[in-house]
Amino acid sequence: MNLDNLDYFAILPQIILVLAGMFILLLEPFTPRARKGQQGQIAVFASFLAAFALSFQHPGTPHATFYGMFLVDSFSWIFQWLFFVITGISALVAIPFNERESINRGEYYALLLFACSGMSLMAASGDLILTFLGIEILSIATYILAGFKRSDARANESSLKYFLLGSFATAFLLYGIALIYGSTGTTNYAAIRAVTGLQGTPSLTLMIGLGMLLVGFGFKLAMVPFHAWAPDVYEGAPTAVTAFMIVGPKAAGFAALIRVLVQALPTPDASLVPVLKNEWATILWAAAILTMTVGNIVATLQSNIKRMLAYSAIAHAGYILVGIVANSAASYRAVIFYIIVYTAMNLGALSIVLSLSRQGDRRVNVEDYAGMGKSQPLPAALLSLFLISLAGIPLTGGFVGKFYLFSAAIHEGYVGLAIVGVLNSVLSVYYYFRLMVFMYMKEPQGTEIDAIPLTTLAAIAIAAISVLWAGIFPTWLLNLASRSILPLQ
Amino acid sequence: MHIKNILSLVTYLPAAAAVLLLLFPRRSEGAIKSFAFLASVTTFLLSLPLFFQFDAANGGMQFEEWAPWIEGGLIKHHLGIDGISLFLILLTTFLTPLAILSSWRAVSQRVKPFMMCMLFLETGMIGVFCALDLVLFYVFWEVMLIPMYFLIGVWGGERRVYAAVKFILYTMVGSLLMLVAILYLFHLNGGTSFDYLEIAGNLARGSIRIQFGEEFWLFMAFLLAFAIKVPLFPFHTWLPDAHVEAPTAGSVILAGVLLKMGTYGLLRFCLPLFPSAAVVVAPYLSVLALVGIVYGALVAMVQPDLKKLVAYSSVSHMGLVVLGIFAFTQSGLQGLQGSMLQMLNHGLSTGALFLLVGMMYERRHSRLIADFGGVAHVNPVLAALFLVVTLSSIGLPGLNGFVGEVLILVGTFLSSPVFAAIAASGMILGAVYMLWMYQRVFLGTISHEENRKMKDLCAREKLLLLPILLVMLWIGVYSAPFLRKMEASLQLVQQRVHNAHAPGGGYRLGQSRANTDLAGATK
Repeated sequence: MNLDNLDYFAILPQIILVLAGMFILLLEPFTPRARKGQQGQIAVFASFLAAFALSFQHPGTPHATFYGMFLVDSFSWIFQWLFFVITGISALVAIPFNERESINRGEYYALLLFACSGMSLMAASGDLILTFLGIEILSIATYILAGFKRSDARANESSLKYFLLGSFATAFLLYGIALIYGSTGTTNYAAIRAVTGLQGTPSLTLMIGLGMLLVGFGFKLAMVPFHAWAPDVYEGAPTAVTAFMIVGPKAAGFAALIRVLVQALPTPDASLVPVLKNEWATILWAAAILTMTVGNIVATLQSNIKRMLAYSAIAHAGYILVGIVANSAASYRAVIFYIIVYTAMNLGALSIVLSLSRQGDRRVNVEDYAGMGKSQPLPAALLSLFLISLAGIPLTGGFVGKFYLFSAAIHEGYVGLAIVGVLNSVLSVYYYFRLMVFMYMKEPQGTEIDAIPLTTLAAIAIAAISVLWAGIFPTWLLNLASRSILPLQ
Repeated sequence: MHIKNILSLVTYLPAAAAVLLLLFPRRSEGAIKSFAFLASVTTFLLSLPLFFQFDAANGGMQFEEWAPWIEGGLIKHHLGIDGISLFLILLTTFLTPLAILSSWRAVSQRVKPFMMCMLFLETGMIGVFCALDLVLFYVFWEVMLIPMYFLIGVWGGERRVYAAVKFILYTMVGSLLMLVAILYLFHLNGGTSFDYLEIAGNLARGSIRIQFGEEFWLFMAFLLAFAIKVPLFPFHTWLPDAHVEAPTAGSVILAGVLLKMGTYGLLRFCLPLFPSAAVVVAPYLSVLALVGIVYGALVAMVQPDLKKLVAYSSVSHMGLVVLGIFAFTQSGLQGLQGSMLQMLNHGLSTGALFLLVGMMYERRHSRLIADFGGVAHVNPVLAALFLVVTLSSIGLPGLNGFVGEVLILVGTFLSSPVFAAIAASGMILGAVYMLWMYQRVFLGTISHEENRKMKDLCAREKLLLLPILLVMLWIGVYSAPFLRKMEASLQLVQQRVHNAHAPGGGYRLGQSRANTDLAGATK
């Protein structure tokens, strides 16, 4: 066996994350209850270190290592960066939150780091087996995180529901992978593409396998009609976990899905198996419309902010699917851009929600935000910024993202999809602005709100600056997104 | 004196001032108000050179500015004005200081955010009128909604939340479909630029291949956005709510400037970009405009609330503007010129009406016509000024409203005498409801004892109304400088419409003989 192909430098960030997670677990018995916060600091530091290690890699020259399993290219590079930032911020805002909820234990941060390593494996994977492993590492960590507040019945429900439905999805994924392997004799993306190209018309086994793979991804990404778990899980989980789950696993799921679609399936240019391609597009087209519309319609009915943001996250997955359906270089670039902006605005909004909530996750209904514009002007203004961006109003990243997504869709002839998309945006304006109505147009209820901790405020400020920057001067981020999709072409 | 990048300066000065307002302590309300007022006055003064240095002979864009914005020039920061946008920018910079001055006493809660909203709003409005990149235009168009939403929703009347949400949802539906149309146009143009002048030029030269069906739907998408804004019947239902619930300053800006963004859009985008579709749709739009004129007037007549009456009168008056735009006279510019002038007139007279109603509300905390009566006895100055504005609104010769209305009617008559007759009767209705309202509010005996204690206008309020009255008189007596500066630009729009080949566009051609006869007669 040739061991030269094992490039440990390429997986250095993952090694750092996992070692740091284990270190936290080792340290846990020796850390007094009052000083659990330092465990969180270790996690923040580890994410920072992983990002640092990543920055030494040269994604300009894409190459595969570990026998084609792990891909080092700009696509995995940008996603890994994003995951490290998400994990760092999630750990940072979780420290004061966990203290207040008295669930501040080291395992929380260790699980966060494990989840992060799973996510980065998903983005860098060039093989169905590694993709599956990444998904499982991520999922098992988040199952536990969702139920981290053991004393809370809703958190338990959330965790159990996530676990049961997640396992169901995993079964689909695994069976799909098995069928693909049975039909092509390989699990490697590049090899699958080559084999299916040679085979000509795809076999029924392959089609069923790919369909099951899509169902599995549909569950993980909360695409309609596989979305039913998401609102309950997001609502029941501790808000700090919700913030992580809404952004991290979703971005990772999309990264993996894009890799499978673009790198494992024959391209339309090669036009070896056009049938396969078209059927993917039709299925995803329907999924995009359903996901946008159902997500937005149900979100208008919510009065719990966590639940509202959960449905809005479903809707945003629908917008991202529009880009995947369009299936062009411009559309994948828009997808990457949108995922980054989506992360910033959701993480920012949920960080504010979790800081303003009270012990036991109370004060998360829209009515509780009445008059916040007066009593808490700064958080109210920042939350409004994130909401405006989520609604896709210009001068925010949310607008630029949607602009490029719909532009790509129209260029590829999906005008109908773009029209459904913008009409959905109108719907979303209703519920995002409804929260602003409560903040600015109603009188305060009189309950005092604690000031937001400085570290959390810093994290929110980073998100806010990103949203504005991506909205007013998006060129840099667009160029970055352009570079990141080069290996896909 | 030539100021470099004067358009950027005029556009962004209010926004910069709004950001500076953040530095002011919340309590020093006097300083905040003065600073905001000063900033808006400075903006107005800076916008004056635009008028004086404007070259009337040039129908193209002037004071052009160009800078790459997104992706090295794919989306540009391209500003410029022609004879159409010039006056709307002046109207904006003219009305904003007055609106700010009018809220001196009326706004006592959250003064700082209020002034910031007003200033951001001003930047948005000016930007809409001078943006020459479709995306930049769209950005201003949308961004402007946010401060207006807050103005209505935070400082408005009792049903303010309902009005604010309705306002934003209505306008968003239209504008987002326009965004799809903009993107479609961008890809038709080869996906290289959103520049308005480039796309308009390519369309006019025929170097963009466009099917009539495509042109029709693009036209409709743009039209929907603008028709909601104007508002054209039957898209007007947001307007009475928004106008009535908005604070006085908000109503002034809404009626004075925001509605004109719709008619501006028609002139700037719908006609020059999609002339064939415009010609085909014109008769239907004219009918909708006529319905709006008559319906608005009839509904205004039965309103018990002064503000609602003025709001419905806007539906009627803006219908007239749309009618003039789509008159498409074969020779002569009467329709377009009248519409353009009437946009300004409506901004002035309705703005003034809202200011006056706001002043009366501050005194009596009521806007119901029934709560007044015989006010002229106690408030002679208020009554006199109100009368002048009323007369201007109904188009009395010698005041501004007359010139615009007559031009529109002449233009409409040239293309369709029946339409002109209906429009004229709508204007008679206008005189009825305005004068009847005036009679019930100001004349007769004092029916309510509280009204005896009403104070007459103070110096600030007189100062506020004086500039508007002067401009009204100026346009009424000597409208030539205004008409001359808009002529060349409107000529270009008209040529573009006439040059377009319209499938099934025989609507005007059938009457061409009558047109030339009449045009000859008027000359």
